[in-house]
Amino acid sequence: MTEPAITAELIAKHGITPDEFERIKSILGRDPNFTELGIFSVMWSEHCSYKNSRKELRKFPTDGPGVLVKAGEENAGVIDIGDGWAVAFKMESHNHPSAIEPFQGAATGVGGIIRDIFTMGARPVFSLNSLRFGPIEGDGASAKTNRRIFAGVVAGIAHYGNCIGIPTIGGEIYFDESYDGNPLVNVFCLGVLRHEQIARGAAKGVGNPVFYVGAETGRDGLAGAAFASRDLTEESKQDRPAVQVGDPFREKLLLEACLELLATDAVAGIQDMGAAGLTCSTCETASRGGTGVEIDLAKVPKREIGMTPYEIMLSESQERMLIIVKAGQEKLVQDIFEKWDLPYARVGTVKDDGMMRVVNEGVTVAEIPARPLAEDAPLYDREAEARPAPAEIDLSTLGGDAADAAREALLKLLASPSIASKNWVYRQYDHTVRAGTMVLPGSDAAVFLVREADKILAATSDCNGLYCSLEPRNGARIAIAEAARNIACSGGVPLAVTDNLNFGNPYKPENFWQLRECIEGLAEGCRAFGTPVTGGNVSLYNQNPKGSIDPTPTVGMVGIIADARHVTTQSFKQAGDVILLVGGLGDELGASHYVKVVHGRKAGRVPRLDFEREKAVHEAVRAMIRSGLVRSAHDCSEGGLTVALAECCVSDKERLLGASVDLGATGVRLDQALFNETQSRIVLSVSAANATAVLSLIAWRGTDVSRIGVVGGRDLKIGVNGSELSWPVRELHEAWFGSIGRTMEG
Amino acid sequence: MKAAIVRFPGSNCDQDCFRALRELGVDASYVWHKESSCAGYDLIVLPGGFSYGDYLRCGAIARFSPVMRSVVEEAGRGTLVMGICNGFQILCEAHLLPGALVRNRSVHFVCEHARVRVENCATPWTRAAATGSVLRIPVAHGEGNYTADADTLLELNVNRQVLLRYCDAHGALVDAANPNGSAESIAGICNRERNIFGLMPHPERACDPRLGTVDGRVLFESVFETLGFRIAA
Repeated sequence: MTEPAITAELIAKHGITPDEFERIKSILGRDPNFTELGIFSVMWSEHCSYKNSRKELRKFPTDGPGVLVKAGEENAGVIDIGDGWAVAFKMESHNHPSAIEPFQGAATGVGGIIRDIFTMGARPVFSLNSLRFGPIEGDGASAKTNRRIFAGVVAGIAHYGNCIGIPTIGGEIYFDESYDGNPLVNVFCLGVLRHEQIARGAAKGVGNPVFYVGAETGRDGLAGAAFASRDLTEESKQDRPAVQVGDPFREKLLLEACLELLATDAVAGIQDMGAAGLTCSTCETASRGGTGVEIDLAKVPKREIGMTPYEIMLSESQERMLIIVKAGQEKLVQDIFEKWDLPYARVGTVKDDGMMRVVNEGVTVAEIPARPLAEDAPLYDREAEARPAPAEIDLSTLGGDAADAAREALLKLLASPSIASKNWVYRQYDHTVRAGTMVLPGSDAAVFLVREADKILAATSDCNGLYCSLEPRNGARIAIAEAARNIACSGGVPLAVTDNLNFGNPYKPENFWQLRECIEGLAEGCRAFGTPVTGGNVSLYNQNPKGSIDPTPTVGMVGIIADARHVTTQSFKQAGDVILLVGGLGDELGASHYVKVVHGRKAGRVPRLDFEREKAVHEAVRAMIRSGLVRSAHDCSEGGLTVALAECCVSDKERLLGASVDLGATGVRLDQALFNETQSRIVLSVSAANATAVLSLIAWRGTDVSRIGVVGGRDLKIGVNGSELSWPVRELHEAWFGSIGRTMEG
Repeated sequence: MKAAIVRFPGSNCDQDCFRALRELGVDASYVWHKESSCAGYDLIVLPGGFSYGDYLRCGAIARFSPVMRSVVEEAGRGTLVMGICNGFQILCEAHLLPGALVRNRSVHFVCEHARVRVENCATPWTRAAATGSVLRIPVAHGEGNYTADADTLLELNVNRQVLLRYCDAHGALVDAANPNGSAESIAGICNRERNIFGLMPHPERACDPRLGTVDGRVLFESVFETLGFRIAA
């Protein structure tokens, strides 16, 4: 078989620049052949090499007292949770595949992140996902497309997660025009392991056999990493073969077989075949091990006949792993994989020459120094151009300020898909398997009892893309603060962070500036809360014909809750309880969902954030929760205090409770008082008997707190600026709970 | 008391059942689907999951697993056999229980805390409960819509084989409380001899007070009473 000649056109088609090609030649000391060119193109794609973001990513704090495996060292970072137990967690995107083929794109996204976790030797115990779609309401063509993508992504996540038996217990979903045709599918998975069980992705021990286990290699997902590193265009539909097809049943078997094998002493190294498949797993394990790896493609289990070395090396078929076995223990591998009816084959050997050597039918088809291939992709500083800061919003342009309009505004906000209940989604996810879900989806943070370790974890994902589009740095700072606030409201202390950076094409100076600003903002936040970044993912080139997506640096944060009695949810619990507002009334209406949803504008300054004030609020709330004084806690985010109060009333559908609130004369407009998104605010409910104590304890700490009302009745009533607004709780519940289902089911 | 939890490839509630039974003091162990025997146990549990990926029809391939021959034998001998969710589907496919579980009415997978009413407390599975009592237990399935022909339904009713029906908080059999469209709100049935029980809800997910409901325990406690087993304090 003759391979294509290496022409300038072929090089460009592989996304390799002339400078990069020169670098490849100097690494090899010769011209690459076709297979080698393909190998470099995927390893040096943005998706695998982070060549346009790595320099920025170095700004993240990655160290801390509990960090057992740092970001970038392995597939996922590992954090100590005490008593010899640890967690491995990470978030990863599958945006481009989900745009083209929503069901399979999302499903394989789930499969990929789960493999990253069990590769570390951890048993995956729960997932979250952070999703973004274009608007789904209305009869327009784009709304119909967005509904199809939304339904497909949710079904794909459900298909994979439900079958494999890992509960999807939370996350977030926003809808905005900037995600038209370019959804974001960011999937988070967490696994648990003993400290001594941490598995490494290094090819250690010269002479050790290299095993391929899992599904056969086919032509699906060819060069998917390179596909994900290009602009999404109309022509992207032709890239459908670059979308992989997932088989959760196979992955379930692979998961059990790998964990069974890792429990023995037979494994020297293990690496999943995700992006860039066999290529990435061989050169990365060799690079980490300081060794070489030689593999024979003739021995690789294949699904199709006539596959070329180029295709085998670049295939992204799912549910495959590479395992470096300690010499002499081959029989164990054989027994376990036969028990689970999974294909396996010894495909190669660890060598001492530092080379990744690929042999096919006795002919060497690729021979590349492993370390430079895995580590020496060029790193770029892109040009950054700041966008001017937005103007403060002119409140007079928001029209009159009547009580009737404010009354309608709350209903509209509650029914807007970004704020409305996501029950239509999470009902489709098995969120109770593994018998650990202590707080059901829909509260501030998901809370999960890890039975193996008898530890309670809180986890949340957060990012307000609207804030990040207007003021990227502050938006990113707020994403961290909100995540930490959600953990605090649930009764926990933040441990660490994973992030998923979703941006547009980095070659556009404004996009690169957004990326840099957001990274620096996240880094500031992580330092403020003492939460190291344990790893994550960068997804660039997210755009549609109208422009780039809103910058979306999604934060996944994990916290720990010391005692089951501290677990706190957002819904009001009992009539007669007193409602307290920690953090003050606020007045910042810029960049708010009120302005966006009710007035159709994405405008204004993003709320200010003071980390010290934010932390003081968290500490105060946590102290009250730990003292057993708090019945419910809920943070103010999109829609401000009024949406937060409404959610406290309606989020337990079996116990709808009204409230009577009096905000007094606020000195600001009605809508400003009700819907501002000033940060660092939490609504608490406490028993009447404890109210005075809680008020004085929080005030004594120097944190702003006030008594604003009482739980009870069938209505939410808010007195403000001399007006009395009132909504039957049933009406609020109906607007909020059924909104997405009505839109999707018609 | 010894319990066997049969693991099929794709079972995913096996570990939950194992842990729930162990925490209640039962000597539970796994039996791999390729084994030829599961004799010698007081209780055999077919757990939930997606056996063989459920790619053909839920439970359709699992019934041909080597271990199933022994399960059928043990059931015929009177051993207690419990099929939860996918296990219920397998019992129907193996004709150990009548009827079938088809796609949910909504077409979507449904996961929620359902309520079920105990219909007959004179069985080994329900004797610790009161007839008419309401249990709150999670469901999670795509194919839980119980279907049977009119004669079968009549027979189930005449013989009082329906043990659980979906209901609202007050025990009323309203359509809104039926998560999957099951005929006559059926959530769980037993065979005429009472020793084989299939149910869609997951009692193993409702045994720990930290998860908000312990209503699943009463079904296991009934088994313990039947077998004269004293449960762990």
